[in-house]
Amino acid sequence: MFGLHYNLERRSIGLAVAIIIVASIGGLVEIAPLFTIDETVEEDPDMRVYTPLELAGRNIYISEGCYACHSQMVRTLRDEVERYGPYSLAVESQYDHPMLWGSKRTGPDLARVGGKYSDAWHVAHLEDPRAVVPQSVMPSYSWLSRNELDREDLDKHLAAMRKVGVPYSDAMIENAPEDAYGQANPDSSRAGGVAERYGEETNIRSFDGDPERVTEMDALVAYLQILGRLTDAAEDQPALDDSELEGE
Amino acid sequence: MEIDHGTLVAFAKSFGLFYLMVFFAVVLVYACWPSNRDRFDRAKKSILNDEDGPCR
Amino acid sequence: MISQLTKGERQLALVISIAVAFLGLAMAGGGFGNPLGFHGFIVLLFALGVTFLILSGYFAPEPSPERLKRYYDDPIKVGVILSLIWGVIGMFMGVWVAALLAWPEMTFDAAWASFGRLRPVHTTGVIFGFGGNALIATSFHVMQRTSRARMPDQFSPWFVLLGYNLFCLLAVSGYFIGVTQSKEYAEPEWYADIWLVVVWVTYLVLYMRTLARRQEPHIYVANWYYLAFILVVAMLHIVNNLAIPISLTAAKSYSAFSGVQDAMTQWWYGHNAVAFFLTAGFLGMMYYYLPKRAERPIFSYRLSIVSFWGITFLYMWAGSHHLHYTALPHWVQTLGMTFSVMLLVPSWASAANALLTLNGAWHKVRDDATLRFMMVAAVFYGISTFEGSFLAIRPVNSLSHYTDWTVGHVHAGALGWVALITFGAIYTLAPILWKRQRMYSPALVEVHFWLALAGTLVYVFAMWNSGIIQGLMWRTYNESGTLAYSFVESVEAMHPYYIARTAGGLLFLAGIVVGFYNILMTIRRAPSLEASAAKQDEPVTSGAAPSPVSAGE
Repeated sequence: MFGLHYNLERRSIGLAVAIIIVASIGGLVEIAPLFTIDETVEEDPDMRVYTPLELAGRNIYISEGCYACHSQMVRTLRDEVERYGPYSLAVESQYDHPMLWGSKRTGPDLARVGGKYSDAWHVAHLEDPRAVVPQSVMPSYSWLSRNELDREDLDKHLAAMRKVGVPYSDAMIENAPEDAYGQANPDSSRAGGVAERYGEETNIRSFDGDPERVTEMDALVAYLQILGRLTDAAEDQPALDDSELEGE
Repeated sequence: MEIDHGTLVAFAKSFGLFYLMVFFAVVLVYACWPSNRDRFDRAKKSILNDEDGPCR
Repeated sequence: MISQLTKGERQLALVISIAVAFLGLAMAGGGFGNPLGFHGFIVLLFALGVTFLILSGYFAPEPSPERLKRYYDDPIKVGVILSLIWGVIGMFMGVWVAALLAWPEMTFDAAWASFGRLRPVHTTGVIFGFGGNALIATSFHVMQRTSRARMPDQFSPWFVLLGYNLFCLLAVSGYFIGVTQSKEYAEPEWYADIWLVVVWVTYLVLYMRTLARRQEPHIYVANWYYLAFILVVAMLHIVNNLAIPISLTAAKSYSAFSGVQDAMTQWWYGHNAVAFFLTAGFLGMMYYYLPKRAERPIFSYRLSIVSFWGITFLYMWAGSHHLHYTALPHWVQTLGMTFSVMLLVPSWASAANALLTLNGAWHKVRDDATLRFMMVAAVFYGISTFEGSFLAIRPVNSLSHYTDWTVGHVHAGALGWVALITFGAIYTLAPILWKRQRMYSPALVEVHFWLALAGTLVYVFAMWNSGIIQGLMWRTYNESGTLAYSFVESVEAMHPYYIARTAGGLLFLAGIVVGFYNILMTIRRAPSLEASAAKQDEPVTSGAAPSPVSAGE
């Protein structure tokens, strides 16, 4: 009796082990090379990290589920390059934990939207999309201007990002809440530190037009305005010949 | 020895096909093995009358 | 139901639910002011509810040992009801978000009610709430019946079922307040993910222990599919959700992967969630309930084994077809495309195996809507796997990707295959579970069938049209060699299809509401088996007597 029972158990465990082996080899073979892929990802020493305000904006983009309708990945197809701009490179989302390439375009791609419209346009569009684009089906995000941005724990956010491999310095982490305030208040004493830590080209201005408060609108617009602008790698690269740009 | 990207890609590209074919050969042999036939026949009929309480 | 538990099991259940309540209290206290604190309160309330339930039956007498001669079906009954409740909620949310695309103002001026937060409520509600509960309930049924063995204990099935629903509750309530990882179909944050691992390991152990009690050395093939579902989903879930929380008292975490690695990991997960959650699990359902209802053994058992290993092997390689023409290396895209096309072979083998089983029983398909549900499900399985392989071909994908075509494809699978096979299985299962001669109203099953089929067809045809139009408009050039349409013109062109899609979804929702009513009335009103077969009610251990249920069905 014991022998039979043991045999049965061994069989079902054997089946389970076989399933695990068969199923995992495919994933391993396919994914393992991607962990050495940094050898093939384009090098870009000028790639800059998200500022605390932009990171907070990115988190709002995630919470509101924007990725469900907007992609951030221009494919290597001629019509996409003409519509949106240079196709996306792997290096551009190197610091995106998680990536937001998206899978659906109910609205247009946003990979190169940074700098394309003014801050005021973004604010008006997020407040009431149909006031700006009558045919739009985007929800209105009027509460973003009403909500003060929670900046208190941004240092913890940056520290967690550093743990997963984003090169934030100690000074960046320490000053994260102040930097978020400074970036949206160009006239405040804290604005100088942002340019010092994140570079002269950082957008430092009141994104929602109200320097009194740092709102969620400030953060989201700051994020939208940096999309596609963390590096010039995509603009700088030599144009591919026609055969590599596929589709008609 | 350092495992670099090229090695992994080459392995993924070459080994995959070989693995696929051997794997399916093994599965087919198992499925068609003559002594398994009775067992499979019993199994496929076994579910038609199974509401009569557990044996244990 | 509590009275069926032994004293020891009641104590264990009490200890565990009080422990979970303390865990909730700790989360609520530590994360006060953070979404994590809100979730702590939900955990606390849930655990207290369960605690009171146990206490209410705690002092009932020990159950009679007679119960050990029967299968343990109580958690299956609850699982079926929970699945239908989630189904109604999830599909209602689906209709709402569909309507929002046609009429964007059809909501409240509040963050929780915007499209981006409601959409994951729909996807999680239907996939994990409706589909997951149906898989757990039917797997409990199938593993006991095919093993001819009762579950080894009465505590772990409840832990699995209730623990899983707590996970679903945390997931869905989180989206409303903006808690999401943004990983598609893996949105819940780190603490919910850890909880699911605990539940899932218990589920696996329970399944293996039940299988170990069987008499026959061979394990019936339906169990293979369920086992692959449990094992591989665990693997995918753990790898895809690796993340560093910003602190132990906050909900937010950052994914361990970034950029191209994260894209590959997410779609390795995403595609295999389709494979092992929405395909393997439901194939397990099909390989049991379809032959059972048709009262004919499966056409070819060998073929079912070959297609099982085919699916287990090939799906794993196919995930990268979600990333054609992106920054993912070209060779990985080609690999994904090749394996996706090969996948057609085992997929069609399963669909054909199901349909050939019905050969000779077509009169039953004509007369019995329950069997017809499963037959049409197999047809849709064949259609959507063909479409899937087709869409994975790079040039086709350049047109279809990012458009509604993908949405249409997913719903051909989700409505036509997953939901229809589930309804077929539930209608087969309900009279068995509640010991009824038949469903309360076979006519309402018929109504449900036609509502569901019509809804699916309207939905899928609307999305095929809109997707292809969208894809073509994006790439059309005019004579001067510039793009002919602005993006917003393509949005405008979608309007009629978005209305049609909403109508299709509404039909499907109406169907499940009718079905839910029918199940509830079956429990309350349908003639019981005891009335017709009072003598045969005593369970027999030898297996010689005819089964009372198959006679009554």
